[in-house]
Amino acid sequence: MDVSLTLIVIMAVLFAAGVYAMLERSLTRVLIGFLLLGNAANLFLLIVMGEPGTAPFFGGEGGTGDERMSDPLPQALTLTAIVITFAVSAFLLALIYRSWQLGQADTVEDDAEDRAVRERSAVDEDSMDDEVTEDDEEATTDFVGVETAPITVLHAKDVPGLRDDAPTDRPDAGGER
Amino acid sequence: MTLNALVPLLVTLPLLGAAVALIAGRHRRTQVVVSIVTLTLVCIIAAVLLVAVDSSDLPLAVSVGGWPIPFGIVLYVDRLAALLVVVSSIVLLAVLLFSVGQGAADGDDDTPVSIFHPSYLILAAGIFNAFIAGDLFNLYVGFEILLVASYVLITLGGTESRIRTGVVYIVVSLVSSILFLSAIAAIYGALGTVNMAQLSQRMSELPQETQMVLHILLLLAFSIKAAVFPLSFWLPDSYPTAPAPVTAVFAGLLTKVGVYAMIRTETQIFRDNDVNTLLLIVALATMIVGVLGAVAQAELKRILSFTLVSHIGYMVFGLAIATPAAIGATIYYTVHHIVVQTTLFLAVGLVERRAGSTSILKVRGLMRAAPLLAVLYFIPAINLGGLPPFSGFIGKFALFDAAASVGTPLMMVLIVGGIITSLLTLYSLMRAWNLSFWREDEDDHGESETEARISYLGGAPAAATETRRRVIPRIMTAATAGMVAVTIALTVFAGPLYDVCARIGASLMDPVTLVQLEEGTES
Repeated sequence: MDVSLTLIVIMAVLFAAGVYAMLERSLTRVLIGFLLLGNAANLFLLIVMGEPGTAPFFGGEGGTGDERMSDPLPQALTLTAIVITFAVSAFLLALIYRSWQLGQADTVEDDAEDRAVRERSAVDEDSMDDEVTEDDEEATTDFVGVETAPITVLHAKDVPGLRDDAPTDRPDAGGER
Repeated sequence: MTLNALVPLLVTLPLLGAAVALIAGRHRRTQVVVSIVTLTLVCIIAAVLLVAVDSSDLPLAVSVGGWPIPFGIVLYVDRLAALLVVVSSIVLLAVLLFSVGQGAADGDDDTPVSIFHPSYLILAAGIFNAFIAGDLFNLYVGFEILLVASYVLITLGGTESRIRTGVVYIVVSLVSSILFLSAIAAIYGALGTVNMAQLSQRMSELPQETQMVLHILLLLAFSIKAAVFPLSFWLPDSYPTAPAPVTAVFAGLLTKVGVYAMIRTETQIFRDNDVNTLLLIVALATMIVGVLGAVAQAELKRILSFTLVSHIGYMVFGLAIATPAAIGATIYYTVHHIVVQTTLFLAVGLVERRAGSTSILKVRGLMRAAPLLAVLYFIPAINLGGLPPFSGFIGKFALFDAAASVGTPLMMVLIVGGIITSLLTLYSLMRAWNLSFWREDEDDHGESETEARISYLGGAPAAATETRRRVIPRIMTAATAGMVAVTIALTVFAGPLYDVCARIGASLMDPVTLVQLEEGTES
C-alpha cells in the first residue's frame, strides 16, 4: 500500500496541534483542538484507504477494472465520522455559549469537591472516626477536632435571611418554621 | 426468518419513539406513553430474542441494506447481546418510570421534559446499537449516539453546576471517541475490514507487535468509557451533579457499554494477543483506588460514583482471567452491577428528595422518618458490598473461584484485593447507613427538631445543589422498589441466570465466524 507522505505529515501535525490545543483550559481552544483531532482522524481514515483510484462506482457493467478503483469503505466511514464531528462541534459551541452566558469564563473549572478533598490533605488520619459524638451545633464532620474540617455545617440561623420554607410531606412538622 | 426481522427493531423502535416524542414535545402525557411503550416493546423483543438464541448456537444476524456480509453493516444478536439488551431495557424502563414520577411531581421547572424523553430514547437506541453491532464502526456509531444523547442529558437544564461538570465529561468522551476512531482507522489499514468476525480471522496474520499496538489503542478508548482506573478520573466529577434518574442510568449502563466493548475486544478480536497481565494489574488498581476514593467521601452520590469505578475493576479482573468460567462470571457480575448500581442511585435520589441533601454528615434519622426508603437503600447496599445471600456475593464468589482455579500468585493477589475492596465497599456504604439512616437525633429534640436537622442547611461544599425536602411521589418509590425486586430476583433466580452466563462464557471462547453470521441471517 503506497500512501502519500505529505498526508501522513499533515495528519501528524493535526494530531499534535489538536492534542496541544485540547490541553488548554479555555473551552474555545478545546473546541479547536477537537476539530483538529477530528480532522486528523478523518485524514487517517483516508490514508488507510491506500492509493486513490477511480470513483468506486465508476464503470458499472463495462468493468473498467477493479484494479484502479478506490476503496469505498473508508470514504463511507469518513463521511459518517465527519457528520458526527459536525454534530458534536455544534453541541460544543452551544455549550460554550451557555457557559459564557452563565457568567463563567469559557474555561474548564476545578471540581468543588476535588478542591475540598485537596484542602483536607493536612488532616491527621488518626482523627478520622465515625463514632465520635459530635459537638452539637458546631461542624459535625468525620474530622473532629481539626481546624481544617473540610465541611462546615451551617445551620439556618447561621445564614441571615435564609428562610426554610421547603414543603414537607409531614403535615404536623416543619413547613412553618 | 421472522425472528431476524426483530433484530433491527431494537434500534429503530427507540429512534422512532424519540422522533414521535420530539414531535409531541408539548404533550408530556403523550411523550411518557410513547417512551414507556417503546421501551416495553424493546424489552419484550429482547426477551424473545434471548430465548431464541439461547436455544440454538447460531446468532441471529441481519445484514442491513442487503449487502453481502463482510461488506455491509451487520447486526447480530448472540446470547451476550440479548442478555444485556434485556437487562438494560428493564433498567431503562424503571428509571424512566422514576423520572416520570419526578416530573409529574415537580412540573417542568427542573427538567425541560420536552427534550428529556427524546434524548433518553436516543440514549437507549445508542446502547442497544452498541450491543448488537457486528462491526467495529457500527459500534463506534452506537457509542456516538449514546454519547451525544448523554451530553444532552448530563447538561439538562443548563444550570451552572451541570455545565461545569458536564464539560469535563464531554471533553473526556470526545477524546475517547477520537481514540476509538483512530484505532478503527489503524485496524482497517492493517486488515482491510471492520467486521468483527472477519477481524478475528485475519488478526492472526499480523505480527504480535502490530497486534499489540492496535489492541492497546482500542482498549485505551474503551477503558476511558468504562472508567478503568488511570482513566476513571472524570467519572466521580461528572456523575453526581446530573439529575438523579440520569445519574442512575449513566452509572448502570454507560460504563457497562465500555465493559461490553472490552469483552468483545478480548474474546472476539484479539484472541491471540495477550495483555491479560496488564489488565490484571489495572483491575487491581481500579478496585483499590476506586474504593479508597469512596471511603474518603462524605456525599452519597460521590460515594456511589467511586464504588462504581472500583467495581468496574471486578469486571476487568474477570475478563483478564480469560477462562470460560471467568468470562461467565464477568457477565453475571456485569448484569448484577448494572441493576444494583442503578438501584442504589435511584434510592439516593429518593434520599435527596426526602432529606434535601445527600451529605451523610447532615442527613440523619431517615430510618425513623422514612422506613421504606431505608429498606430500599439497605438491600442494594449490602448486595453491592457482597454479603452472602445476594447476587453480589454470588458474582464475586464465581470470579474468585475462577481466579483460584488458575492459581498463579498474581491471581491470589487479586483475590485478596477483591476481598478488601468488597469489605471497604461495605464499610463506606454502611457508614452512610449509620450516619444518615441509623443515627438518631442524640438530643432528642422531638419530631420537628429532627426535621430541621434533616432539612437543607446550605453552605457546605458537599451540598451539591439547591435542594429542598419534597414529597416522594408513589411512582418514584414504586420504580425503586421494582428495581430492588429485580436485584432480589437476580439472587433468587441466580441458578438459571448463571447457567445462561456460563453458556455465554463458553460460547465466547469460539468467536463468531462469517459462516455463522451468514447462517444466522437465514435461520
